[in-house]
Amino acid sequence: MARAVSTRRKLTFTLIGWAVGLLVFFPVLWTILTSFKTELDAIALPPKWIFFDWTLENYATVQERSNYFRFMTNSIIIALGSTALGLIFAIPAAWAMAFSPTPRTKDVLLWMLSTKMLPAVGVLIPIYLIFRDWGLLDSRIGLVVVLFLINLPIMVWMLYTYFKEIPGEILEAARMDGASLWKEITHVLAPMSVPGIASTVLLSVILAWNEAFWTLNLTTSNAAPLTTFIASYSSPQGNFYAKLSAASTLAIAPMLILGWFSQKQLVRGLTFGAVK
Amino acid sequence: MRHVSYLAGCAALALAATSSAFAQETLTIATVNNGDMIRMQGLTDAFTEQHPDIQLNWVTLEENVLRQRVTTDIATKGGQFDVMTIGTYEVPIWAGQDWLVPLDNLGDDYDVDDLIPAIREALSKDGKLYAAPFYAESAMTLYRTDLFEAAGIEMPAAPTWDFIADAAKQISEANPDVYGICLRGKPGWGENMAFLGSMARSYGANYFDAAWQPQFESEGWKTAVAKYVEMMTSYGPPGAASNGFNENLTLFNQGRCAMWMDATVAASFVTNPDESQVADSVGFAPFPCGIENCPNQGANWLWAWSLAIPAGSQKAEAAETFISWATSKAYLELVAEKEGWSNVPPGTRTSLYENEQYISEAPFAEQTLAAINNADPSASADKPYVGLQFAAIPEFQGLGTAVGQQMAAAVSGSTTVEQALAAAQQTAVREMTRGGYIK
Amino acid sequence: MATLQTKSAARMMMAPAVIALLIWMIVPLSLTLYFSTLNYNLFNPAETPFIGLMNYKFFLSDPAFLTALRNTLALVAGVLVITVGGGILLALLLDQEFYGVTIVRLLVIAPFFVMPTVAALVWKNMMMNPVYGVIGQFLNWVGIGAIDWFSNAPLTAIIIIVAWQWLPFATLILLTALQSLSEEQKEAAEMDGAGALSIFWYITLPHMARAITVVILIQTIFLLSIFAEIYVTTSGGPGLQTTNIPYLVYSQALLQFDVGGASAGGVVAVVLANIVAFFLVRLIGKNLDA
Repeated sequence: MARAVSTRRKLTFTLIGWAVGLLVFFPVLWTILTSFKTELDAIALPPKWIFFDWTLENYATVQERSNYFRFMTNSIIIALGSTALGLIFAIPAAWAMAFSPTPRTKDVLLWMLSTKMLPAVGVLIPIYLIFRDWGLLDSRIGLVVVLFLINLPIMVWMLYTYFKEIPGEILEAARMDGASLWKEITHVLAPMSVPGIASTVLLSVILAWNEAFWTLNLTTSNAAPLTTFIASYSSPQGNFYAKLSAASTLAIAPMLILGWFSQKQLVRGLTFGAVK
Repeated sequence: MRHVSYLAGCAALALAATSSAFAQETLTIATVNNGDMIRMQGLTDAFTEQHPDIQLNWVTLEENVLRQRVTTDIATKGGQFDVMTIGTYEVPIWAGQDWLVPLDNLGDDYDVDDLIPAIREALSKDGKLYAAPFYAESAMTLYRTDLFEAAGIEMPAAPTWDFIADAAKQISEANPDVYGICLRGKPGWGENMAFLGSMARSYGANYFDAAWQPQFESEGWKTAVAKYVEMMTSYGPPGAASNGFNENLTLFNQGRCAMWMDATVAASFVTNPDESQVADSVGFAPFPCGIENCPNQGANWLWAWSLAIPAGSQKAEAAETFISWATSKAYLELVAEKEGWSNVPPGTRTSLYENEQYISEAPFAEQTLAAINNADPSASADKPYVGLQFAAIPEFQGLGTAVGQQMAAAVSGSTTVEQALAAAQQTAVREMTRGGYIK
Repeated sequence: MATLQTKSAARMMMAPAVIALLIWMIVPLSLTLYFSTLNYNLFNPAETPFIGLMNYKFFLSDPAFLTALRNTLALVAGVLVITVGGGILLALLLDQEFYGVTIVRLLVIAPFFVMPTVAALVWKNMMMNPVYGVIGQFLNWVGIGAIDWFSNAPLTAIIIIVAWQWLPFATLILLTALQSLSEEQKEAAEMDGAGALSIFWYITLPHMARAITVVILIQTIFLLSIFAEIYVTTSGGPGLQTTNIPYLVYSQALLQFDVGGASAGGVVAVVLANIVAFFLVRLIGKNLDA
């Protein structure tokens, strides 16, 4: 019954799905559209939807004023660096918690999460002083470490919940079959944990990419990522919607592209439950 | 890295002593993302052509982010910036802490006496200049000449708030698409409080009395805020409580505002046909008065974005060279040559207002100069602090913003004017007691 | 199964993460605790006398404190209700097969890629502005009339913006959980003649329970420290209607530059957050033992 999805049902869901999708996406879509308008068209009343003079002048202005690729490179290095470092620390920890739980495992997890609750602005001065003394101000390595530490609890937690879904019996069965530890890891565990790791990586990269407190306050220019790039376009004097939209589009484009590509990977990974 | 840059600095100094031609220095300049600064950034090449030994590295940030960035850095001696863009609020406080390098080597042709006296005074301490003004502003009234003409009203040479309220009423009744008046409502010490501080002063009221007692429940504040709320709720745009400078500028440029009282720099935006739909029909008048002979003839606003060098900088000499260039007469001419006279950074030099070409191309020049000249931010017997629309004490940023929130609540109608001012007074007394100003 | 050997191996595997976080927690926290006992204003760094618990007294006696606490909780609760509810519906929708489901999935995830400050600016100016915002235009067109969001319903407006940003996260996690629900289970239930609603209630929802817990816990942690959206749109106003604890600490730290007061506020915020977390775990923690 459920297998034979009727065409009518499919069409209905297509309609609903696209309507909801476009509604949620609308603010982003509007930003992208606005980035191709002139400043005057951007604030025109009633709003101009698609019939306006499309222009690339905002992108040209933005690129002329700030070297987008330098900011983007920093963002990529910081996001990937902190995520990679996070995986190295988080995978073993989450693995141990999931497969050799002790009565205190949950407390450790909660404690880890609680380290995220100190409001960043309350510790800015101490961290700034430490960074100054260690020569880490405006360095990528400093930001990689800070963002790694900020996202580590979330990564451990996410991986822990995914690893917990992997049934212990499968491991036992593999051992019964005489699989070596290496085979156990590569043939049984790795494929089963890929989707969990992929989601975690995606989440960590996004969080690091969008982090706008430490990245703004601990960098000047050499290590400045896209959040500082945005900060030079938000709320200047004069009309700014179109230029801000262009800068925003540039800032989120790499993430959208990443999402587009990892989508396939994620969806394939997400079906692993069927194996269970 | 700090050590490396320190060594590099020493090396640069040593080289400079022998032969400056070989010393390559890079200045990191923190600045606001306002139009005039962005234009300066675009003229980098003109500077480096003259000074091939100095490279410029721009850090352009939104005002609030910039402020927290440079303040954190200078107070912790982080040494991240060689030149900082700061305002007339910071300069007296920072100079008092010995955080700034006095600018006494700006060069022979800098002509420091050409700086407009009020501005120079605001950036000096004990006769020494601690920051060089890049552009400066006071406040004025911008209005739509076409709407005034259609309604048969004439803007007087010295408007009063009663006149303004009446004009706002007439025009908004005659034009359903237009809001009679647009004013700042967004809470913040540099947003709605900059406006309200000026307006209260035009009713003769200050932030603090001679004994540092907050004055928010004084007669002047009560009348001013009541008038403000009445105008905003009756003739102002919807969402007035979250409109700042920019939101009002957008509304005005779209032709939705009949009047707007704000910073004088607004004039160059609303008269620019590339940005404004009403560029041809904007008139300028002084900031209104609440009482007869109001202080400074209504011009109770003075601000100058200025360039300063943090104390302890290893590159002070190069930084001063740059500052001298960016605030010179030659820079004004450079901008005029490339972008036209109406786009030069206004309000800093007397000679600019004696330049006939500028006067003829910038219709707002006369009113701007008059407002700046009238503004007098210095402390006096009944006003113990420096500043007009702000009070140059460290406590003011937080206090002003908290009071600004109460004013926004009054505009949005969630509290009454009396309640808002009582709450403002309570907050202010609390903060001033904590700061040790009052017992 | 847990032999002595695996136990010590487990401890070894956890050690790096635990130690890293321990340092990250202890160093700033102890510095913060220390600063919170000083009269330390950034504008006067030369004199920082010890003043005991005065900073705490000042922060806790602030009339804004209780309001901020209430707003913080309202913000967290409001966003959680919208994102969990909406996330379940969206996950169910995206679990269906239809034309372009991959693209729609990407559209739904997209808000998560937008930096908080940009999201707030876009919503404030281009969506919710009563004069030229798209929502206002739409409501005018329908005949309801534009809503002045940031004056009349400021907290609701902020909840909407934040919920929009976090909806994708909830959807993504819940969708992952949903897709691991085997078709056979659902089909078996359908064979037994169960309706769509009872399948959802008795099979799908319990299956998603742990994922929902994860969403609630992780989001709560982020939502307790919402800042950029408030800063950009209302600056905590009008009045104190949108001031939450982080914004209150911010006004101490970066408006007053009162390091002592901000540190005390930070410590108070940590204590409060841990209390919230404690109750949260009691409330929904049993899902974690599954």
